[in-house]
Amino acid sequence: MTQPVLRLEGIVKTFPGVRALDGVDLEVRPGEVHALMGENGAGKSTLMKVLGGILQPNEGRIYIAEQPTVMTSPIEAKGKGVVFIHQELSLADELTVAENIFLGELPRKSFGRVDWARLYAETDAILSQLRVRFDARTRVGDLSIANQQMVEIARALTVDPRAVIFDEPTASLTDAEKSVLFDVIADLQKKGVGIIYISHRMEEIFRITDRISVLRDGSYRGTLVTKDTSEDEVTQLMIGRSLDLSRNASHHELGEVALEVRGLSCGHLYRDVSFNVRKGEVLGFYGLVGAGRTEIAETLFGLRTPDAGTIRIDGKEARITSPIDAIRQGIGLVPEDRKGQGLVLGMNCRDNMTLPQVDGLTSGPFVSDGAEIEIFDRYKDKLDIRTPSWRQTVGNLSGGNQQKIVIGKWLSMRPEVLIVDEPTRGIDVGSKSEIHNLIRDLAAQGYAVIVISSEMPEVLHVSDRIVAMYSGKVMREFTSEEVTEDSLIQAISGIVPDRAA
Amino acid sequence: MTALTKAGIGGLLARQGILVAFVVFMIVFAIANPRFIDIDNVSGVIRSSAILGVMALGVTFVVIGGNLDLSVGSMMSFSTIVVLDLHDTLGPTLAIPAMFALTLCLGAFIGFLVGYLRLNSLIVTLGMLSAIHGLTLMWSGGQNMDIADKWGTWFGFFGRGSIAGVPVPILMFALAAVVLSLVLSKTPFGRKVYAVGGNGTAATFSGVPRARVVFMTYIISAACVATAGLMQASRSLGSQNTVGQGMELEVLAAVILGGASLLGGSGTIFKTVIGVLILGFIQNGLLLIGLEFYVQYVVTWVIIILAVWLDVAAKRSRLWSPIA
Repeated sequence: MTQPVLRLEGIVKTFPGVRALDGVDLEVRPGEVHALMGENGAGKSTLMKVLGGILQPNEGRIYIAEQPTVMTSPIEAKGKGVVFIHQELSLADELTVAENIFLGELPRKSFGRVDWARLYAETDAILSQLRVRFDARTRVGDLSIANQQMVEIARALTVDPRAVIFDEPTASLTDAEKSVLFDVIADLQKKGVGIIYISHRMEEIFRITDRISVLRDGSYRGTLVTKDTSEDEVTQLMIGRSLDLSRNASHHELGEVALEVRGLSCGHLYRDVSFNVRKGEVLGFYGLVGAGRTEIAETLFGLRTPDAGTIRIDGKEARITSPIDAIRQGIGLVPEDRKGQGLVLGMNCRDNMTLPQVDGLTSGPFVSDGAEIEIFDRYKDKLDIRTPSWRQTVGNLSGGNQQKIVIGKWLSMRPEVLIVDEPTRGIDVGSKSEIHNLIRDLAAQGYAVIVISSEMPEVLHVSDRIVAMYSGKVMREFTSEEVTEDSLIQAISGIVPDRAA
Repeated sequence: MTALTKAGIGGLLARQGILVAFVVFMIVFAIANPRFIDIDNVSGVIRSSAILGVMALGVTFVVIGGNLDLSVGSMMSFSTIVVLDLHDTLGPTLAIPAMFALTLCLGAFIGFLVGYLRLNSLIVTLGMLSAIHGLTLMWSGGQNMDIADKWGTWFGFFGRGSIAGVPVPILMFALAAVVLSLVLSKTPFGRKVYAVGGNGTAATFSGVPRARVVFMTYIISAACVATAGLMQASRSLGSQNTVGQGMELEVLAAVILGGASLLGGSGTIFKTVIGVLILGFIQNGLLLIGLEFYVQYVVTWVIIILAVWLDVAAKRSRLWSPIA
């Protein structure tokens, strides 16, 4: 048997009061893609920080090619051939691709002058391995996110890596870009590089990995061979139960039309968009990133001004020019970027939840503590938000609980229409199904809900009807009975359906 | 167990570090020179900190809202000169409201540029520091401003008077602190200031009128500056054009020392008051142990750096600890 490129043995890391890692083992063989899975807070990031030399373990050892090794800094890790490709990009926008890739180690000529010719030649050599369509001289800020990720990968290839760690690399990639990434991973595999692949996305895990190691609450739960296991088994290992993702259309009666949009257009973002949502219904918006879904939501919420079209809420024509207008007319938006748009992370749970209505919660000139706590407690119970107290800073909650705070924020306003953009982005598997059930419950209680999602299983699971968008246009509307995965993919890829079939 | 105790002490230091440092400092200086905690000395320090303190209260709003205000020093000179000049032309009863109105106009202008036009507050207020200084000189013609009849006016009340033995400046500082503390911690507006400074985008997405909130923080700051200018003019009954020069940095030092983050979204009025007192007592303490007045400038800077460093170090250690 070949010796592993990388082995972690009995890693323990404690923080005051918390045992973040409790004796974790991990072994990566040459040419293997090894998935590391676990819910948010399970210890994946802590483990990778230990491996990258950012944190020192309290116990346990790291072996590189079976040599016991102490990692003291990220630079040392890189020197030993352990390279990280982070989810959050760390590139300098104003510099060229070549400068970013060789940042800090630019090739030199005499008197410390940069050897540009060699820099560009070496960069282009690396880029050609990655089969990308930009060159060494391109300014990084001009590249798409996916291509920026490629630059990050190219940076990893400047050393001869033994092991490459990908942390949620596909979070912002389109399908085409993903397959390029997977080709790159396959190339690395052929060279005998060991790969650790961190992701929440099951389909990818099953497509490209050889083995899966699972962490739960900081402890090692076991390693499965990918081809011998199932999504269910992995999920159970991660959360201790299995997950239901079946179709789930409403069984209750739908009410009147809550929101009707006719011929809405906004520049080149989207054109002539029409749809309606009834009370008690979940309308799914599915499409690729950039298809115009989020922009429609932002228009309904008063963050963008449309060029043409009408919006009717409860049959009355609505003029919405600011979020304040939108809120007053009964629209709530759970935005796609939870941390950037949804929450003030440094504020406590209660204050975040009551923020849009704080003007109405006063007794005399002052905010009434009692009224606020009452609202918070009601929605804490209703949405099963797990936090020790309303005083808890929102930034300290898990992704799922944070999302529930944002949802609670709008529910407590009793909206006519609730728009939820990417409801489960960055949320771990266990909380995902809770959020899905919550959305179904809201519909059952008579709310009109619009769900925007880039994940097909999610859209299929929660929606009564699905609007498929492609490049700013509504391609087709499906009911949950007639929709198939194939027809949905065709619609969002711009393929006009064959009516005869 | 030891780990938990450590976390407890560490946590106390992180939360109340400034207060602990303050108490330690007072004890050390009191042992070095018992006069330091003499009631007359303490009252004197608070009284001389009151003007700076009132300005710091206003700047606390601006800083929590995520912006800076470097114009308060020269704005205070402006208020002082204007109210002294108008005292002799309009009489004190009209001079005071007129000076407030003019100062609030300056605050509104800054608030408009930073809030509605979304210009960088550092650039805007740094520019205003210079522009307002120019306005002050234009108003005064570069001359010192003095009240003609210093003994025949009640105007000295705000800087020199006392009620039940307590100096009026201290009462005004205390009153302003209580009122503004209630505004910041208890009203919907105060909540919005924290939200806008903590995450302006999320505040907008929650229907908070970000521009108006930022605008209002500058109005509050200007109102505090006008109050400080009144106190200053009333105390001296005459003034140079440069009376507030350099105070913007001391004010900022007090606010940061109190623990408001320069990134916005955190801080309280109580903490700022502590910051003001620390600064005042340190400067006083240095004089009492016989150091020259000029040393204060250097020490103030060292204190700012120390406070920022403590703040950053505490945040970093929190970043590395896991989310429980």
